[in-house]
Amino acid sequence: MSAPTVFDHPAARALSRRHRLRWWEPLPWILALAFYFMFPRYLGFGTELLIMVLFAISLDLALGYAGIVTLGHAAFFGAGAYTVGMLAHHGIWNEPISSLFIGAAVAAAIGLASGLVLLRTTGLTLLMLTLCTMALLEEAANLGHDWTGGFDGLTGISIPPLFGLFEFNPLFPKTQYLYVLGALLICFVFVRTLVYSPFGHSLTGIRENTLRMHAVGAPVRTRLVVCYTISAALAGIAGGIWAQANAYVNLSTLGLDRAATVLIILVLGGYGRLYGAFVGAVAYMALSHFLAKVYPTAWQLGLGFLLVTIALFARGGIIGLGETLMARLRPKLKPKPPS
Amino acid sequence: MMKRILAATAALAISASLASAQEVKVGVNLPYTGIGAEFAQLIDRGMELYLKLNADKVKPYSIKLIKRDAKNPAGNDSRVATQELLTQDNVDILAGWVYSPNAIASAPVVTAGKKLAVIMNAGTAHITNMSPYYVRTSFSMWHSGYPMGEAAAKQLGAKTAVVGYTDFPPGKDELAAFKRAFEGSGGKVIDEIPMGGAGAVPDFTPFFQRAKDKKPDVFFVFIPAGDHAAAVVKTYGALGMREAGIKLIGPGDITQDTKLQAMGDAAVGLITMHHYHADLDNAENKRFVAAWKKEYGANTTPDFMAIGGYDGMALIVHIVQQLKGKIDGDKAIAAAKTFKSNSPRGPFSIDPETRDIVMNAYLSEVVKGKDGKLSQKVLSTTPNVKDPCKALKVPPCG
Repeated sequence: MSAPTVFDHPAARALSRRHRLRWWEPLPWILALAFYFMFPRYLGFGTELLIMVLFAISLDLALGYAGIVTLGHAAFFGAGAYTVGMLAHHGIWNEPISSLFIGAAVAAAIGLASGLVLLRTTGLTLLMLTLCTMALLEEAANLGHDWTGGFDGLTGISIPPLFGLFEFNPLFPKTQYLYVLGALLICFVFVRTLVYSPFGHSLTGIRENTLRMHAVGAPVRTRLVVCYTISAALAGIAGGIWAQANAYVNLSTLGLDRAATVLIILVLGGYGRLYGAFVGAVAYMALSHFLAKVYPTAWQLGLGFLLVTIALFARGGIIGLGETLMARLRPKLKPKPPS
Repeated sequence: MMKRILAATAALAISASLASAQEVKVGVNLPYTGIGAEFAQLIDRGMELYLKLNADKVKPYSIKLIKRDAKNPAGNDSRVATQELLTQDNVDILAGWVYSPNAIASAPVVTAGKKLAVIMNAGTAHITNMSPYYVRTSFSMWHSGYPMGEAAAKQLGAKTAVVGYTDFPPGKDELAAFKRAFEGSGGKVIDEIPMGGAGAVPDFTPFFQRAKDKKPDVFFVFIPAGDHAAAVVKTYGALGMREAGIKLIGPGDITQDTKLQAMGDAAVGLITMHHYHADLDNAENKRFVAAWKKEYGANTTPDFMAIGGYDGMALIVHIVQQLKGKIDGDKAIAAAKTFKSNSPRGPFSIDPETRDIVMNAYLSEVVKGKDGKLSQKVLSTTPNVKDPCKALKVPPCG
């Protein structure tokens, strides 16, 4: 009989098991595949939805885990979209997967450059500066009409078949859907690994108590900049894949509308939680899509009602609401989750 | 007896199959919410009013409108709506599009869907080149800018002009069209002033002061339809540009009928070039405006957006009749090319080569009536204008 060590303590065991796969985690992916087979006529909408999930995950890494308050995340979405779009439109490079890597690299470079400057600030200043960065990029895209197509956008982005086999059909976007789903899975696994790594834990530490992280000697600013850069690269992939799936790029990819929508989606689903992006995007986009279909002029009323309700009664978003309910249902089995 | 029953059954079967062939589904793609909601409503009302006024022309078919919200000018929502109208609702004809970027984004889907698509507003000139199934019943920016340039030099006798334009593609189109025609007719554009983006109404004072300092004969202004126009007219009045001898001219967007009365006396004397305004003096238009006021209220008025929807529906009804209710994309395009009508905007047809519209352009002046209301008086008519951008092969149109 060996003496009980510190590793046998329940808290230590809970911590060491945090990253293990839970039984329900394959569920979203099974549902996404089932959607493909059950609703072949909704795949255009499904593709938009998955891209939004990917974009929201990238924001979650910066906002939810590292606590970087940004209102300009569409800057990186647009950077990725315009990189992929301009390369294809001007006939330089259009192979889909490698284009995504180039888009991610450009978005990451912009993230790194702006992050080095912006992340010296916090709070409202940071919020305004991220917004300004995005507005600058948007205006640059508007002015560079010959390269970017300006307000009307870039068209004629021809994407060759994926792996030389699967065509991008504009009417029945089956290839696009599976392609985006694959990219989302890879990016998600990457983010999941990242947030459970020591690096990810240090991000959470910075979010919760920056001073203390400084005190224990963590390189706070470097960590934030690296996190911001990775987040930008992921947003760049989302943007690039959006450009490929839609076969065009326009100024909306860099717009405040997109940046605000993704923020709302993340808050709605629950930020700082891996699956918040999924829940938020499905709730927001499905509701607005199907309400708009039934009531083309008045659908925003229903959506606004949902948002007000969530803001008033569920501060942790839909996932937070679920967690609270679960904790109430079995108060004795489990201690309350940290809020 | 048996024969009779058989005959009756056969007759029933035939009428049943006819009944199913009688309904034509039209998918409508308009921004029913957001800043475009006002325009979508005008176009929507134009379409509905045509169907109501011309019920006898539609018979024996019926037209069912399936309306979808395009939401914003981002393109993707409009594109998904187009996709679903084609694949889920199996519409026979598509219609709508207020924003040019949405029509541009939808073009590949329309081409793949092989259904006729009627553009009822989006005015960027080269859109109709983007899909062989696009037909336009609204206008291109060149339809007003080019004739205005000629008229400014020849009829208004202007030697110099300053152009102020909202800095987005329709504005640049309008500038290019005006400049080409004005300088081709012996005038000279002495300054080009970009006046901010389309998103918000700017303070026009610095732009207008710059124009005033250049002392041109005419000041040509393009701004998007909507709330910009009232601010343009007020600034023009406040800076005393009329007293300085500078005429304010522009396309009809600056005197949109729905905004005209709110502009006040400062608008009197404004000279515009456009294909439609509610005061056009022809029998069709009088009938149209009267029906509109009866249907939607005495204080409402149709405008150039409404006429895009009205004439678009006229085109659709023509096609439905030509094809006897069985709509096939390629045949529909062929039928659209034969369309000629006497519209409230005057004679109207589709150019078989470009699938764009051929119509008159009217040079009009704002005058004040005895009842204190503002109206527009036609000074001259340029007949049968084809989109000059395509006729002159200006890139990216040619």
